[in-house]
Amino acid sequence: MSRVAVLKGGRSFERQVSLRSGARVEDALRRLGHEVIGIDVGADLVARLREAAPDVAFLALHGPDGEDGTVQELLEVMGIRYTGSRVSACVRTADKVLAKHELRDAGVPTPDWVAFTQTAFRELGAADALPAIEERLAFPIVVKPAGQGSALGVKLARSAGDVPGALVAAFSYDAKVLLERHIEGRDLAVSVLGGRALPVVEAIPNDHAEYDFEHRYEIGATEFRCPAELPDGAAERAQELALRAWEVLGLAGVARVDLMLDASTGELWVLEANTIPGMTETSLLPMAADAAGIGFDRLIGEVLDLA
Amino acid sequence: MGTQRDLERYAGLFSQRTRGMTSSAMRDLMAITERPDVISLAGGQPDTSSFPAELLAGLMSGVAAEASAKALQYSPTEGLWSVREAIVEVMAAEGTEVDASEVLVTTGGQQVIDLVCKTLIDPGDVVVAEAPTYPGAVPTFTAYEADVVQVAMDEHGMLVDELEATLDRLDAAGRTPKFIYTIPTFQNPGGVTMSLPRRRRLVQVAAERELLVLEDNPYGLLRYEGDPLPTLRSLDGGRFVIYLGTFSKILSPGVRTGWAVAPGPVYEKMNTGKQGVDLCSPAFSQFFIAAYFERADWREYVDALRDLYRHRRDVMMEALDESFGPEATWTHPEGGMFLWATLPDYIDTTDLLARALRANVAFVPGRAAYLDGRGGSEMRLNFSGSTDDQIREGVRRIGAVVQEQVALYGTLTGAKPAPRPKPKADETAARMADVLPLPARRRQAEGGTAQGS
Repeated sequence: MSRVAVLKGGRSFERQVSLRSGARVEDALRRLGHEVIGIDVGADLVARLREAAPDVAFLALHGPDGEDGTVQELLEVMGIRYTGSRVSACVRTADKVLAKHELRDAGVPTPDWVAFTQTAFRELGAADALPAIEERLAFPIVVKPAGQGSALGVKLARSAGDVPGALVAAFSYDAKVLLERHIEGRDLAVSVLGGRALPVVEAIPNDHAEYDFEHRYEIGATEFRCPAELPDGAAERAQELALRAWEVLGLAGVARVDLMLDASTGELWVLEANTIPGMTETSLLPMAADAAGIGFDRLIGEVLDLA
Repeated sequence: MGTQRDLERYAGLFSQRTRGMTSSAMRDLMAITERPDVISLAGGQPDTSSFPAELLAGLMSGVAAEASAKALQYSPTEGLWSVREAIVEVMAAEGTEVDASEVLVTTGGQQVIDLVCKTLIDPGDVVVAEAPTYPGAVPTFTAYEADVVQVAMDEHGMLVDELEATLDRLDAAGRTPKFIYTIPTFQNPGGVTMSLPRRRRLVQVAAERELLVLEDNPYGLLRYEGDPLPTLRSLDGGRFVIYLGTFSKILSPGVRTGWAVAPGPVYEKMNTGKQGVDLCSPAFSQFFIAAYFERADWREYVDALRDLYRHRRDVMMEALDESFGPEATWTHPEGGMFLWATLPDYIDTTDLLARALRANVAFVPGRAAYLDGRGGSEMRLNFSGSTDDQIREGVRRIGAVVQEQVALYGTLTGAKPAPRPKPKADETAARMADVLPLPARRRQAEGGTAQGS
C-alpha cells in the first residue's frame, strides 16, 4: 500500500471539475487501501508535498498548469513519482497547435487549421490574411484557444462577420488561438489505458432542434453512448487512430483522444488529446473503462500502478 | 462500482424537473470569483461589517437572558408576532400600510419566490419576468418547470406596453401567465426603477386581466437620490400584488429572514406550503430581529447604509467614466446595490470574465440574467460589497481588459469601432443624460446582431 497525494483544484477555470474528479479518486484510493492526502494545489504546493512526502502523486488537475507539464516538472524536480504522461508529452499535448503539428507530420488525420498569436494580429497585420484563411478552411470555422482544456472560448463562426468576435473571445483564454476546419458529424472519444484502447464513447447533444456548439458541453445537454453504435469498422479505426496519437504524442498512463466522424465522408479525424481525463460521474474515461469491464476502483488502481 | 451503472442508477430516480437543473461553464467560472486574491464586483452582498459587533453581542445576550428556551425552540409557521409587527413598521417606512396578520415570515426572500411558484405553477405555466431578471430567481422558476417569458426594460423599468403586447400574444395562443415577477425599485440586475405611471398601469393591467404580480422589493429603503415611489402593493391595495420583503439588505442576509404579504387565499396556500418546506423560519433569527427592533434604532442603521452605499455608487460611476471608454454604456441607479453595463456586441462577457479573472477581478456576465441566451455583451457590477479602493481598482482592471478587446477587434476588422450614440439629453432631466436604454430593447431595434450567443 502506498502513500498517495491526490493533486486537485488549483487556479484553472476547470477547478470545479477537478475537485469533483479528485474527490472520487480519493475515495477509490482509500477503498483500495492506500493512505491518501488530498492537496488543493496553490502557492504552497511544494511545501505541502514536502510535508506529505508521498510515494506517488495522483494528478486530478484539469486545464493549464495541471496538464501543460508545469506540475509534472515540479514533481520531477522533487523526485516524486506521478500518474499520467511525462513533461514533454504534456507540453506537446496541452498546446493544441503543437499537438496538431505532431499528428499531421506523423500522418494522423487532423482537420486543417491556422494558428495565430495576438502579436501576429497586433504587429504583423495578420488580419489581412483572414480572407485567404477563411477561403482555405471554408465556413463554418471553429475558433478556439490553443491551451484551454474545456470547451470554454470555443466558438463556431458561420460567416466572415463572426470571425473577429470569435477571435476576441478565444484570446480571452490564451495568447494563441487556432481557426480550424469544422467537421460536421459525430463526436467520439477513445480513452487509452496503458497503451490499450477502451471502447468508443459517443457524445450526442440532446437538443437536436438547433445545433449549438457550446450547448453540447453542458452537463445534461448531452447524452453518452458507450460503446458507440458506429458503421462497420469505424470503432476499430477510431481506436487505431487514438493509439497512433498516443504513440506520436508520447503519452503514458492514461489519456483520452477526441475524434470526429465525418457525417458526409465517413472519415475519422483526431481533434485533440487530453493527458488528464476527467474522473467525475459524467466523465468519458470512467464510462469507457466500465464498458470494458474495468470498474472505477480498478481503473484508478491501474492508473496508479502505471505511474 | 461501475461508474456508468452508478450514474444510471441515480439518474433513473431523478425527477423530471431536475432535467432543467444543469451545470454550466459559467457556474464553474463564477466559482473562481471566490478566490481571496480576486476583487469581486460579482457578489450581491451588503456590507455586514458596518453592523456594530457590540450591538449584536448585547442583543444576543439579552435574548439568551430573557428568552433562551423560546429562541432555541420551534416557532409559529407565520412567524413571531413581534417580528411581523416589525415588518409592518418597515413597510410603513415605504408608505405601505399592512396589518401584522397579513405578514408571512419566511426564510429569506428567496423562499417567497419558491412558495409563490409552489402555490401557482404547474409545469409549463408561464411566468413573466423582466429582461434582464434576478439571476437567483431563475433556478427556482426552472425547478418548477415554469416557462419564463421576459419583457424588456428601459431606464423607467419594465415596458408595460410591451408587457401588454406579450400578454395579448400569450392570450391568443391560449396561455395565461400565472404571475408577473418584477423588482420595480432599483432592479437587480438592471439598476433601474419603474416610473410612477408604469407602476399605476402595471397594477391596472394585473387587475383587468386578473393576474398576480410578485413585487420583489429588497432595496426600496436604500434610495440615494430622488423621491420615493409608492410600492405596487400600496397602489393595488393587496388585491393582485404579492409583496416580497427581506431583512437581508437593511439588516443582515445571515439572519435568513424575509417575508411575504399576499391576498388571503394565496397567503393560506403559501403558509401550508411553508409547513412542508421548513415548518417555521429560525426562531433564533427572529428573536434577534425582535430584540433589534425593540432596543436599537433600525432607521439609523439604514441611514448609515444609505450613506455608505451612495458614496460607493458614486465612486463606481466615477471609475466607470474614467476606465470604460466610449464604447460602453451603463445605468445610473438611484438606489440599491447594482448597475448594469453594456459593451459592444462583439465582446462576449462570459469569455471576458475568463480574461478578467486572470487580472484578478470579477463581475456577473449578462447571460445569467436571461433565459434565452441574450445578454451576451452585458454585465452586472455590484458596488455595495467592496471598499472604495477595491471598486476603483476593480473597475480599472475590467476597463483595461475591455479596452484590450476593443483594440484587438479594431485590429481584426481594420476599423476603429464608433462610439455608441449617446441618447439625447433631456433638458429637464440633465442628470439622466448618461442613462441609456437597456440592451434588450436596443437589440430588438437593431435586429439579431449578437454573435457567438
